[in-house]
Amino acid sequence: MSHDHDGHDHPHEPVGRDGEPPAAARARALEELLVEKGVITRETVREGIDWLVSRTPADGARLVARAWVDPAFKARLLENAREAALELGLNPGEAPVVAAVENTGEVHHLVVCTLCSCYPRALLGPPPDWYKSLPYRSRAVSDPRGVLAEFGVELDPDVEVHVLDSTADIRYLVIPQRPEGTEGMPEEDLAALVTRDSMIGVARASSPAAAAA
Amino acid sequence: MSFEPGQRVRVSAREHRGHHRTPGYLKGRVGTVERCQGSFTNPETRAYGDSGLPKQALYLVRFENGHPVSADIYEHWLEEAE
Repeated sequence: MSHDHDGHDHPHEPVGRDGEPPAAARARALEELLVEKGVITRETVREGIDWLVSRTPADGARLVARAWVDPAFKARLLENAREAALELGLNPGEAPVVAAVENTGEVHHLVVCTLCSCYPRALLGPPPDWYKSLPYRSRAVSDPRGVLAEFGVELDPDVEVHVLDSTADIRYLVIPQRPEGTEGMPEEDLAALVTRDSMIGVARASSPAAAAA
Repeated sequence: MSFEPGQRVRVSAREHRGHHRTPGYLKGRVGTVERCQGSFTNPETRAYGDSGLPKQALYLVRFENGHPVSADIYEHWLEEAE
């Protein structure tokens, strides 16, 4: 494998397999090395992927729906989202730490990770592809209103748009505003209105009419 | 040095080769500490197989970017601002 590059030029065998993206080839090479050196096992990798893809926004939606019907729970969720998730029997993961922020008539939160793709995976599952895209990551902090408009959210100019850039160990989950016309709805029905996008802050929670259509 | 909510802080503008979690667009910027997030292992050393110890205090800092943008910044990237 080893060769030097002293000013010579020679063709290389492609590292990737047919059609394999470079990042996938790199991940595969890393995995193979780690397994070969006994650092991890194939089973560990499989279990990790299995756990990750088994997470869905339904867990986050349960938290939000409970917060809508129970102000004391909402206060606990905003204070310590991890404890609140455990209270509902959800698994918030060991690390990173999940934190909740609330959208109101005065402030609208929008979550981004400008550095990579940090996301509350334990409670929302894997992030959507656009969340990891360079245009979203750069424009969310420079022109959040423009981004929101493209997602179909037109905010009143009086509403402050507050962007949260999850740069380190905290993962942010947005509690969207409770839609009008949902008074007295059972908690399970409310949870069905809480979409993934509304918990990232790029959408509002669905209206009962839209959800029924 | 530790910071309190409400305190004005400046993000160091220094270059850093290798993995770090301070976004370029906030380097040199002044913001206000919103919250102390606790202490976490240092990703700059942990990324290269080190333990990441000692842990670094992490702060949620709010910046004005025409609209508020808050980001989590480790203490060793922050200095007191007027």
